[in-house]
Amino acid sequence: MTDAAQLQLKNGRLKKRHAAEARFRLYGRVAIIVALSFLVLLLGRIGLQGYSTFTTNTVSLPVYLDPARIDRADLEGSNYDYVVALSLLKRMGETEDEFGTNSGDAMALVSRDLGFQILDKVKADPNLIGKTIIVTGPVKADADLFYKGEMTRAVDEADRKLNNRQLDWLDRLKKSGAVTSGFNVNFFTHADSTEPEQAGILGAVMGSAMMLLVTALIAVPMGVMAAVWLEEFAPKNRWTDIIEVNINNLAAVPSIVYGLLGLAVFINGFGAPRGSALTGGMVLALMALPTVIIATRSALKAVPPSIREAAWGVGASRTQTVFHHVLPQAMPGVMTGTILSLAHALGETAPLLMIGMIAFNPGLPQGFTSSASVLPVQVFIWENASERAFHERTAAAIIVLLVFMIAMNAAAVILRRRFERRW
Amino acid sequence: MVAPMTAQPPLIRTAAPHTHNAAPANPPKILVRDVNVFYGAKQALFDVTLDIPGKAVTAFIGPSGCGKSTFLRCINRMNDTIQGCRVDGRIEMDGENVNDSHIDPVILRAKVGMVFQKPNPFPKSIFENVAYGPRIHGIASSKADLEGIVEASLKKAGLWAEVSDRLHQPGTGLSGGQQQRLVIARAIAVSPEVILMDEPCSALDPIATAKIEELIDELRQQYCIVIVTHSMAQAARVSQRTAFFHMGKLIETGSTEEIFTNPRESRTQDYITGRIG
Amino acid sequence: MTVLIALALLAAFSVGVYLIGRRRAVALSDGKSARLHSLPGYHGTWVALWAGVPAAMIVILFAIFGGRLEDAALRLQVPAAVAALEAERQEVFWSDAGAAARGQTQSEIAYEGDLKTALDAKAAEGRRISAIGLAAVLGLSGVLALCGVLLAYPRLSKDFRARNRVEGWTNVLLIACSTIAVMTTLGILLSLVWESYRFFQSVSPAEFLFGTAWDPQIAMRSDQVAADGAFGAVPLFAGTFLIMLIGMAVAAPVGLYSAIYLSEYAGPGMRATIKPLLEILAGVPTVVYGFFAALTVGPTFRAFFNWIGGFLVGGPMDSLGQYLETVQNQMALTAGVVMGIMLIPFVSSLSDDIINAVPQSLRDGSYAMGATKSETVKRVILPAALPGVVGALMLAVSRAIGETMIVTMAAGLQAKLTANPLDTVTTVTVQIVTLLTGDQEFDSPKTLAAFGLGLTLFTVTLALNIIALGIVRKYREQYD
Repeated sequence: MTDAAQLQLKNGRLKKRHAAEARFRLYGRVAIIVALSFLVLLLGRIGLQGYSTFTTNTVSLPVYLDPARIDRADLEGSNYDYVVALSLLKRMGETEDEFGTNSGDAMALVSRDLGFQILDKVKADPNLIGKTIIVTGPVKADADLFYKGEMTRAVDEADRKLNNRQLDWLDRLKKSGAVTSGFNVNFFTHADSTEPEQAGILGAVMGSAMMLLVTALIAVPMGVMAAVWLEEFAPKNRWTDIIEVNINNLAAVPSIVYGLLGLAVFINGFGAPRGSALTGGMVLALMALPTVIIATRSALKAVPPSIREAAWGVGASRTQTVFHHVLPQAMPGVMTGTILSLAHALGETAPLLMIGMIAFNPGLPQGFTSSASVLPVQVFIWENASERAFHERTAAAIIVLLVFMIAMNAAAVILRRRFERRW
Repeated sequence: MVAPMTAQPPLIRTAAPHTHNAAPANPPKILVRDVNVFYGAKQALFDVTLDIPGKAVTAFIGPSGCGKSTFLRCINRMNDTIQGCRVDGRIEMDGENVNDSHIDPVILRAKVGMVFQKPNPFPKSIFENVAYGPRIHGIASSKADLEGIVEASLKKAGLWAEVSDRLHQPGTGLSGGQQQRLVIARAIAVSPEVILMDEPCSALDPIATAKIEELIDELRQQYCIVIVTHSMAQAARVSQRTAFFHMGKLIETGSTEEIFTNPRESRTQDYITGRIG
Repeated sequence: MTVLIALALLAAFSVGVYLIGRRRAVALSDGKSARLHSLPGYHGTWVALWAGVPAAMIVILFAIFGGRLEDAALRLQVPAAVAALEAERQEVFWSDAGAAARGQTQSEIAYEGDLKTALDAKAAEGRRISAIGLAAVLGLSGVLALCGVLLAYPRLSKDFRARNRVEGWTNVLLIACSTIAVMTTLGILLSLVWESYRFFQSVSPAEFLFGTAWDPQIAMRSDQVAADGAFGAVPLFAGTFLIMLIGMAVAAPVGLYSAIYLSEYAGPGMRATIKPLLEILAGVPTVVYGFFAALTVGPTFRAFFNWIGGFLVGGPMDSLGQYLETVQNQMALTAGVVMGIMLIPFVSSLSDDIINAVPQSLRDGSYAMGATKSETVKRVILPAALPGVVGALMLAVSRAIGETMIVTMAAGLQAKLTANPLDTVTTVTVQIVTLLTGDQEFDSPKTLAAFGLGLTLFTVTLALNIIALGIVRKYREQYD
């Protein structure tokens, strides 16, 4: 009897085959490890870069509201930053020099927010002028970076934004207890700003929420109804075949093309407001529609025919059967699919750039038709900013965005687990 | 090797004398001792002990879920591919326990071919299907050699006449019966010693079934064949020895004639007469 | 605002009508609703639909198109002072007149003399027109609502098939929603084709598709020649292709091997941990990948390749030595690699599905022949799954081509015809973003070029998707 086994053992072929097997298995392991290490690298890098934004350094200063420097007749026209700077210098035991270099250096350390606070206070009560009040606000972003150890004296003085004297002042401020470190409330309560230390994401979060609301209100009912018709009512013919192929393809069309559609049709065609939550929501709704339809159809497909037959059996019409029995049974699946596609829409950026959502919005969105920022676009805008402090904020904004997306995905998973039904 | 087994219950060493064509002296090819199989916590086979003769057909019969297919898959260690499956006990082939850690399932399976319930030709040409085994095991030394093996295997499987002019068409294009003979040809292309067949005719029509049965009868001249079947008529037609399984236990084993005409166990009797199963 | 109030009133009216219709039906049945063909609620709903829907449609159409009609009406008569202006100034005048009529902020142009009077007159006229229009529409919708009730209500009777009628309405609504999908495609196609057509009037399609210079700088002032600038898109296609190739070179092997490992080697516990982790990678928004590319991968690659370059030629050189660390942050390799990372979960989950669709019997057949796992994968499973895997890879290519944010943030803006992955290249999507963000005039070839690029992108990805989805569908049917 020819023995294949013996033959292989003899010529060492078996060894080679097992080596090939081990190699192949190793490739698979390596691929998984590579993919997972990309994940760790991506999230780790963003986490490391972003987490420092969640704390910030706040300075608390007694400021003498010098009547000589504040014009009672023109409160808006006075330079409060200078007033703050002088008080800061006084605290340092320094005085203003004739070129204003000292006050300039001092101004570069504390946020202009302090000046605005003083303006608000003297507007409310002009009698404060001439008195000393305590104002509290963030330090400038560069000073914040120094406190967080991201700007060090080791760097050549010419290559950093703050000079040695300023760094000395900052150290003294910290030692004297005027500067305290704490949770960065501003980041969550402010809209965008040109000053990194005052820039926050509340505006973008609100914009995203409003836009997502519009998207959900359009895409969900429309998608569900379209899916119900296609799955439960539509005759199987050429036309419905075309619709089906069409929907599958729409789900794979690049998102930027939806942006072009929104620009050409909604903005230039119907005169929809540029850069608004309404227009953005409509564009994303069109984009989310195919995925909602596909998810709903598969949820409807999963409802067994026996349910329909039971309803028909007691004399329910087709419409009654679908809306009283099939759709309610399919609802958990529909919700799951819908939440996932909305989560995807939440992270979408490219089509929104097309419809002008890239504008700088220093305030919170005023309404659905006014210019608004959304989280992913805020990430894009800040990433483009040259200041280092904005990059930290970009990473922080990404963390917030990812938290929202993970929350939505978790909700979808919980829904699926909770209502999953095996027929 | 055989010595320690004398303590076991008496084993019938040869095929029943009544069976036609039985090889004169037919030593057991496979010795099975105390095999237990578990799927996770659930036990599927209990203390199976039997001898399987070489150059003869042994049929496993029994109701669905009785463990006969599970047992068949132990012989070539196909159960290794199932998650959570554990096999205890000894299955000796030519004096070696196939469950030994030093036994390579790759080599074992080259020695023990297998044919499945549903014909499963690879989505390749007829030629490539048969050449698959010789290629992976490096059996053929040249292209001509390989062609020779393919031709010989197809001839042995009785398929050559039907496919010799379309060797390079997909194997999936054949009829069910032809596909099943193709996978038999695929199995014998690596010159195995044992061929396991797991209900090889259950997906076929009566004519195709008859052809396969004829083929099995021819093949037993050269190979040790173990067949699992639901059809008692088939077991009676093709096998020389029969083992009856019930609820994970081997109830009775003996010559086919004996089992069908004069079973010792009442459960065997009940099954054969259709009272259980 | 008025529109919302009108719609609210209509809704309230419909609810009232519903109650009346319902009561009528109850009255018809003498309190025994089983005598009716349809439940009373259906009678009420049917009348309410007739009362509310046509009237609401008019109001909504007015909300969408009313502004345009008012504008057109306003422009019917052109004051002499305005007719004397140049075309662009006329446009400004009209938009200011409209803004004045609506009480919005006008442009910063100061109007004097005749123009000032014309503007005031037109603003007054605009207010009048919009008042008339609003009154007309509200009146019309009121009449429609009443007519609906008057026509529908008398038809209610014991045998009236109100349920079937209401279901008819539902059906129409459902069909309308399903057609939206088709309308979206048509909308995409028509808008892209139309704007591209306008673009191709100033730039020939041949120049666009085969030209090798891309430099869409257009004139800053209107008296300069408008179509200045080169619109040869070949460098963009080449850049897109290069980045796609790099991306696929990362994603295809890693994704495919991960899928094979997960489906053939990994145990259920491992699969249950790794699959969700890969899904996280798939769920990360592309702008995040872009950030990662621009601020982490780009600088790392630059440092690395400049170090290698320095190593090869002996440090950065000056003046005539030429070298001087030529690799920049933005390069094809950065964008391509990060895009590859983005595509890994996409490729692996699609391939995983496809590999799992290969029947277990084929694996068993191969193992029973004494094949090892890798031999089974390479010789049986992959050949069997090949069409599906090809389809999946094509979908990934289509994703790579259409991906925007990563390339916008990491690839660069310079249109270079190069195959050097360390060089800055630009892509179709980057140029669309660049051309359409920032201040723009809608009619200039520069902005229209974006639609030409969009049309090309849409055509290519659509073709890829149709073929790929077709292949995958056929493949699945084969093993169903």
